[in-house]
Order: sequence, then C-alpha cells, then structure tokens
Amino acid sequence: MTYQEKKSIVSLISAILIFGFYCLYMYPQYPGGGLESPEAFRFWGSFVLILTVVSIVAHIVISIIFNIVFRMTTREKEPNFADELDKLIDLKAFRNSFFVFVVGFLLAMGSLIIYQPLHVMFMILIISGFISDVTGSATKLYHYRRGV
Amino acid sequence: MSKNLVGNHIRKLRFNHNEMTQQQLADKVGVTRQTIVALEKGNYSPSLELAFRIAHAFHLPLEEVFFYGDDPTQ
Repeated sequence: MTYQEKKSIVSLISAILIFGFYCLYMYPQYPGGGLESPEAFRFWGSFVLILTVVSIVAHIVISIIFNIVFRMTTREKEPNFADELDKLIDLKAFRNSFFVFVVGFLLAMGSLIIYQPLHVMFMILIISGFISDVTGSATKLYHYRRGV
Repeated sequence: MSKNLVGNHIRKLRFNHNEMTQQQLADKVGVTRQTIVALEKGNYSPSLELAFRIAHAFHLPLEEVFFYGDDPTQ
C-alpha cells in the first residue's frame, strides 16, 4: 500500500474519531430550557466553531505523527509535492465532498420549510459537514486504489 | 472503475534499463511513485506532457512506450 492510500485511510479514520469524540464531549453540555433559547443558539455556534478549530489542529497533529511513523516503518520519504494524479484525485474528492455538503445544506433548509425545530437544521448541517469530509477521504482512497 | 484504453510498456522498459526502480523513474519524470504504480497497473492515463517525459526518460518515441487499445507487441 502506498503513502497516499495509507494517508487516505488515516484521514478517514481520524475524521470519524474526531467527530465522534467531539460529539460525545459536547452532548452533555447541551443547554436545558427552551430549544430555541439564546443559550441554544450560542451552543450550536460554539459547537461548529470549536469543531472547526479542533478538527484542523487534530488533522495537522495526526498528519505529522503519520509521517513520522511512515518514515520509521518504511524508511521511505513521503512525497513533498502533488503531481497530476494527486491533483486530479483531489479535484474528484472535492467535487464529491462539495456535492454531499450542498445536498445536506438544502436538506437543512428544507427542514425549516416543513416547520422542524431549529436544532434539526443545525444537526443536519453539522452531519452533512461530517459526511462530506468522510466522502472526500473515501473518494481519495477509492481512486488511489482503483484508478482514475 | 473500467481499465483505461491507453496501455504502456513501462514495467518492461524499466527492467530493460538497468532494472530502474519505480522511484527512480518517478524522480526522473517529476511525479510520485504512486503515479508510476497506477500507470503500470493501467489505472491511469497520463497527460500528454507526462507521456512525453516518460518516453524521453527511456530515449524512445512515444508510440514505443504507450499504445492505444490492444498491445501491438502481443
């Protein structure tokens, strides 16, 4: 298995773990009282912002650890540039990821049209963000293994 | 994913050029080893520019490295 395949798998697993653990950490902090109180909006706002920061930092840390482990185990240096195949696969991954997020966004807006509570809209948005991240990594893994 | 119609003799040519490794060829033409692996497996059709760079690396014309459809040497 090549560097890019391993990196896609690590990225996929880390995305799932980061989101899973973050949700478990934030769930007990959900404010009581009215579902549409200012505290609830503050909770959802901070949920998204902190998740973004935590996710970026965790991905960078995991990527550094992965590169160190890769070098130690294979005695190979990781590629330090993206060639035409990498760019093509990145574009396909971004296309699929973006498509999933847009579908999620539209579903979230649709939930407002059918009078669902606001927290349903936030949940759909956040889950679609997570699924789009996973879709991006899974697309990369698929194309690195099966070709373009 | 269906196989690409553009085939190549890269694996054979590497062997005939002092058993050049995939990494050595990748360094010579400016791509990652993963791309050479994908080309040899027939999982990727290279850009025209990369195809020419690979042909130049073997000092051969393009049509002796790449073919379209069935392998003419078979």
